[in-house]
Amino acid sequence: MNSEFVQLLRLEWRLDRRQKHALGSMALYVLSTVYTCYLGVKQLTAVPVWNALFWIILLFAAFNALQRTFQREDGGRQLYLHTLAHPRSVILARTTYNAVTMAVLSMISLAAYVLFIGDRVLEEANVGMFVLAVVLGAVGFALALTLIAAIAARAGSGLGLMAILGLPIVLPMLLAVMRASKLALDGVAWSVTSKYFIGLLAINALAVALAAILFPYLWRD
Amino acid sequence: MKYWWWKVLSVVLLLGVVIVGLRTPLSPALIACTPDRVAPGPVTVTLAGYNTHFTDAVIALWIENSGQRVCATSFKALSNDRIEMQFTVPPGLRNEFCDLWVRTRTHGDLRYRDAFYTVERGQGLDPATASTCEPADVAAASTPFTLPNRNILNESIRNLFFHVPMWFAMVALMSIGVWKSIRVLQLGKARYDREALAAVQVGLLFGLFGLVTGSLWARVTWGTWWTTDAKLNGAAVAVLMYLAYLVLRGSVPEPAKRARLAAIYSIFAFVFMLLFFFVLPRLNAVDSLHPGNGGNPAFNTYDLDSRLRMIFYPACIGWIGLSVWMYDLRKRMAHLENTRQHANDR
Repeated sequence: MNSEFVQLLRLEWRLDRRQKHALGSMALYVLSTVYTCYLGVKQLTAVPVWNALFWIILLFAAFNALQRTFQREDGGRQLYLHTLAHPRSVILARTTYNAVTMAVLSMISLAAYVLFIGDRVLEEANVGMFVLAVVLGAVGFALALTLIAAIAARAGSGLGLMAILGLPIVLPMLLAVMRASKLALDGVAWSVTSKYFIGLLAINALAVALAAILFPYLWRD
Repeated sequence: MKYWWWKVLSVVLLLGVVIVGLRTPLSPALIACTPDRVAPGPVTVTLAGYNTHFTDAVIALWIENSGQRVCATSFKALSNDRIEMQFTVPPGLRNEFCDLWVRTRTHGDLRYRDAFYTVERGQGLDPATASTCEPADVAAASTPFTLPNRNILNESIRNLFFHVPMWFAMVALMSIGVWKSIRVLQLGKARYDREALAAVQVGLLFGLFGLVTGSLWARVTWGTWWTTDAKLNGAAVAVLMYLAYLVLRGSVPEPAKRARLAAIYSIFAFVFMLLFFFVLPRLNAVDSLHPGNGGNPAFNTYDLDSRLRMIFYPACIGWIGLSVWMYDLRKRMAHLENTRQHANDR
């Protein structure tokens, strides 16, 4: 089981390395979105707007990045995986891989965003806490949306269905994480914000547990 | 009777809730008085009440300030909800605000909190010279059955018997739905899928009723149809999630696959719905207006008193019973339609 998990992680990585355009397109999506925003607003100094725009960009980057997890397999590869691996290891490996991808992608987005839209709001911020909120939020998107991506892929529809199914699921998480990052930008102490982070961690754990329980039923065909 | 006693029970309970809940008057309350400030010397005060019986029930009126009383020298009821009175305010009232009290024969003592701003304050009335008073005691009359009269809520307090049970009914139906979805995953039978769909459809209807009654209530009490509040967001998102469930069903043509995908999403959605209803509002509690969050007491801490409970609990049982009955009908219709389709196919 354990080595199976590691093997599946390596498989994901190898697949992505083989089709380099996949990883590149995710980064490019974020960069072009940020650049479009830059063309629209130049520099932003108002904390709520800066924060909200960043999370909107990250949210749609997450949908864009995660929808392909289950769509790249054609019937043959899926059948092959099905005979070799336990479905639970498959979903856990994919979720982990997506979480890492989203963490990296969120950092790329943050760097691009700060570069183009401006870092004046970070002057008074608790930067460590803000980065933690961003990473936790991005990982949370990945954990909650991986199962949704699998359902949408099985239903045979594209990004549209995934957005419809996934948005209500991530919306409350988004609200909590936006609030936590807003507080971090305002430079609020840990004692105030810790409950948001604990809540986020709890939601993330719940999402993973549900995915692990439910995915075997989805995988069966 | 053996099988449908609960349907009769819920209909009887709901009839009772509608009649008693809408016909019971609110308890009397004092709602406004002019002027809003008192200075030492004579003053004429006009007091407005709601559901009061000023013409025949008033025994005494007095101003109270830091435990010291000043009785009205005379009073005259203009109507059942307006009364005019004269005070001679002595100098030296200590606190910033005075309360106005009315002792009535029918409803005991009514208090109008912070009725007046005290213009020239002192160190308290001199007990030797001040004309303080002791209003005559009144034998505790058996007060008639009324609903609490709360500032801002006013008559809309009756919505408690409709708005809150809607969400209880929705959670109850979605629980049925998630149970049927688990059966779909375990046994893979189409009948469970139809039952899960019926539960979600009826539950969604109650969720929409909950949104509508809540929106009306928000308009009356908060002055807006909708606001970004943790609990409201949770409710809207829960409804959206189950609408997405219907979209998902619509986009998969093959019945067996549709049943399984819908069941998986419904279980996922149900757990998140519980999270949105019961956990996240507490997390984001700081900026919530909704009762039960962020320093706004829920009804049970201050006002879900025995009078409201006597109607609220039957209302919950009645609405949940009615919703389960509706689910039962919807389920049987779905089974019949399925049988007819099979007959037609043959």
